[in-house]
Amino acid sequence: MAVALARRQMERWRGSREPRGSDGMSNLVRHRLFWPVAMLLLLLVGNLAFTPGFFAIELRDGHLFGALIDILRQGAPLMLVALGMTLVIATGGIDLSVGAVVAISGALACQQISQLGDQGAVGGVLVAVALALLLCAGLGLWNGFLVGVVGIQPIIATLILMIAGRGVAQLITGGQIINVNSPPYKAIATGFLLAVPVPVIIAAALVAVVALVTRRSAFGMLLESVGGNAGASRLAGIRSRQLIIIAYVACAVCAGVAGLMVSSTVSSADGNNAGLLIELDAILAVVIGGTSLLGGRFSIAGTVVGALLIKTLDTTIYTIGIPPEVTLLFKAVVVVVLCLVQAPAFRARFARRRPTAEVSA
Amino acid sequence: MSEREPVLVMRGIGKRFPGVVALDGVDLRLFPGEVHALMGENGAGKSTLIKVLTGAYHHDQGDITLGGEPVAFAGPHQAQQAGISTVYQEINLCPNLSVAENVLIGRAPTRFGRIRWSAMRRRAEELLARLQLSIDVGSDLGAHSIAVQQLVAIARALDVDAKVLVLDEPTSSLDASEVDQLFRVMRGLKDDGIAILFVTHFLDQVYEIADRMTVLRNGRRVGEYRTAELSQLDLVAAMIGKELAALEDIEEAPRREVAALERGTPVVSADGVGRAGAIAPFSLGIHKGEVVGLAGLLGSGRTEIARLLFGADRSDQGQIAVDGTPVTFRGPQSAMRHGIAYCPENRRTDGLVEELTVRENIVLALQAARGWARPVPRGRQDELVGRFVKALDIRPADPELPVRNLSGGNQQKVLLARWLITEPRLMILDEPTRGIDVGAKAEIQRLVVELSDGGMAVLFISAELEEVLRLSHKVAVLRDRRLVTELENTDGLDLDRVMAAIASGGAT
Ligand SMILES: Nc1ncnc2c1ncn2[C@@H]1O[C@H](COP(=O)(O)OP(=O)(O)OP(=O)(O)O)[C@@H](O)[C@H]1O
Ligand SMILES: [Mg+2]
Repeated sequence: MAVALARRQMERWRGSREPRGSDGMSNLVRHRLFWPVAMLLLLLVGNLAFTPGFFAIELRDGHLFGALIDILRQGAPLMLVALGMTLVIATGGIDLSVGAVVAISGALACQQISQLGDQGAVGGVLVAVALALLLCAGLGLWNGFLVGVVGIQPIIATLILMIAGRGVAQLITGGQIINVNSPPYKAIATGFLLAVPVPVIIAAALVAVVALVTRRSAFGMLLESVGGNAGASRLAGIRSRQLIIIAYVACAVCAGVAGLMVSSTVSSADGNNAGLLIELDAILAVVIGGTSLLGGRFSIAGTVVGALLIKTLDTTIYTIGIPPEVTLLFKAVVVVVLCLVQAPAFRARFARRRPTAEVSA
Repeated sequence: MSEREPVLVMRGIGKRFPGVVALDGVDLRLFPGEVHALMGENGAGKSTLIKVLTGAYHHDQGDITLGGEPVAFAGPHQAQQAGISTVYQEINLCPNLSVAENVLIGRAPTRFGRIRWSAMRRRAEELLARLQLSIDVGSDLGAHSIAVQQLVAIARALDVDAKVLVLDEPTSSLDASEVDQLFRVMRGLKDDGIAILFVTHFLDQVYEIADRMTVLRNGRRVGEYRTAELSQLDLVAAMIGKELAALEDIEEAPRREVAALERGTPVVSADGVGRAGAIAPFSLGIHKGEVVGLAGLLGSGRTEIARLLFGADRSDQGQIAVDGTPVTFRGPQSAMRHGIAYCPENRRTDGLVEELTVRENIVLALQAARGWARPVPRGRQDELVGRFVKALDIRPADPELPVRNLSGGNQQKVLLARWLITEPRLMILDEPTRGIDVGAKAEIQRLVVELSDGGMAVLFISAELEEVLRLSHKVAVLRDRRLVTELENTDGLDLDRVMAAIASGGAT
């Protein structure tokens, strides 16, 4: 009996060790960020082929410049929207209204600033920014209420604000494009802090905050639980309503910050076109980053990579001079390839070929 | 008899998952007109072997022949078309479709390409009648208990012209009468020359129905035996790989005498609590250190009582009291605040979050009670999880594995662990031993006895009356969604009396 037990123990030990230690390479490939990161690197290197100085970063007047820095800077709004979207998608929801929230945020901030006696007053700009973000939080609360409390399907609930939100933005701007001339406001998108562009710092800070809050507290795990199995989560005593509302509020606030960046870049608010279709890019970034649209497990690092990937793709389209009439098609093709490469079912198809080939060989 | 050709042969099957060798050179033969039991502990590889057979998984080694021809199915659909009809362990039906649609999905009778709904209903009703199940086939499947869902899954498998019928733990939540009915149907199919592969952890069922069996242990085949030639003891020894002495004494886990209970104010009591359409108003008290068993047939309202006491459903009349103080539950979390825990019967839909890890699933209820802002420190998580993984022998003992990758019985243990670590005052266990192997089942029964000795009140629900009787101090008998009587579990009480009470509606 002792022998049998010992053997069983051995088997178990062997069973759990053998394949795992077999090779580090396959572990790396199996990591869920492997494919997005690989694609990102591929795109960057591809760019280098077309633009020799692509990787060059220089310090000019104490400011960092270069193509990579531009990608980071221009990618900041998308990254923020995708960051919030990640939380919402983790709950098994989706937020289509982020584009509208981007527009509303910029509109309110610019409208407030345009009313200031001195548009260069930092205090006044801060108040305007705070008001805009507060309004966004309120909009997120509305979405969260519709989804979490009333129980409307997320896609429908946020569709309401997606449509109505553009109207609200129009209302705020009075149907005009509001131009402002406010150096402090302009700094949000174009300023530098310690040589680094301000939007990059803002995006990095928010990513860090969200990552810390979700992973250091139990927020992330409970969110994943609700998204993974809402019924079971309820029976485990999770107050999903509260979590869902927080996710939508966070998403709207992130979109609001992105909206400030977008309008600050051009020092104006355009209720019609600001943030147009950004929800789609954001959803794409989240999915590329390995978070399932069905909810559950989410990856903030994945979303960051996904957003950078999309922005790099946009840049690539310009740098390699793809004719404007096929840019959308080109982007679509790359995205399809990307999704295929990432789909386990698709990869398994090829992985499965191999052993059979060996046998016949 | 053994001269006949097997209809299905699996030879040298190997299957590994990342980190686990699930199957290692396993052979299996199925003969026409025979019921073949596939036996083994939780995690032995039974379900994996079945999934390899039906093409749900691709095996790394070995080959399969069906009727002498080598086959390799790309997926369950192909296997079905080739004549292998399967009921999987985790019921994979669509809860939001009707019962009839679930029975006939993909095979709905059509005319000119349009589904003939009335014909479909009739056909579904016929199939369910074979299992003596009469329910409204137009109702949503999700509204029914897991036992009914299990029967629907079986009915669905029966509808196909099959050479081989595979049943992975079809009886895990059925009562004796439904099992009898299923066995009657199985014998009929057997006489038609169909080969049946049958998985269960109930040894009595194996000896009742199976002609032959294959025993697996740790992914290896121990041997193939004729049922008549292998004693129960030898079978268990083959499954667990050690002598059985250990099991014997667990069987007789000493329950505390009813007389020794101090029945003061019940920990939780229900006074005239009911919910229209679910359960008629009932009164029931569960005291400190007491195990109350619920006995009743399928659909008699056992789970409904559990859900009301946990606040999972709202009662529409009556009063629940905790320690004699009236309370209103606004949801599971308010019941949890009063120290009530509920381990649901359907681990897949109501219990586990499959993509989360074993550790996360175990700490989930504890964490939910604390709220998200106060995480259980990681060290404490590891300590708690480690302790219960060991106590319940959850295998593989890797807390960072997604729960989805565990075998059915081990998943059930994870669910139990989740509620055990919350140290509740009343533990409601709805079919806690569902899908759990003999050894672990005895272990869990012992645990229930220990917990109640330690002062925990337990509400114990099981389709297996022996188990209810062995553990409970008091048995509440249910019939037709009504609590008909309570029986003290003193010397006079035996299985026959409980059955009689169920049958007569309490008029004993
Ligand atoms: N998808 C998977 N990924 C990784 N490991 C798996 C997967 N499915 C099963 N396993 C592992 O393979 C082994 C065999 O599991 P299997 O489900 O076949 O057991 P079983 O005999 O059906 O047990 P039970 O009686 O509990 O249902 C277990 O160690 C399990 O953890
Ligand atoms: Mg199994």
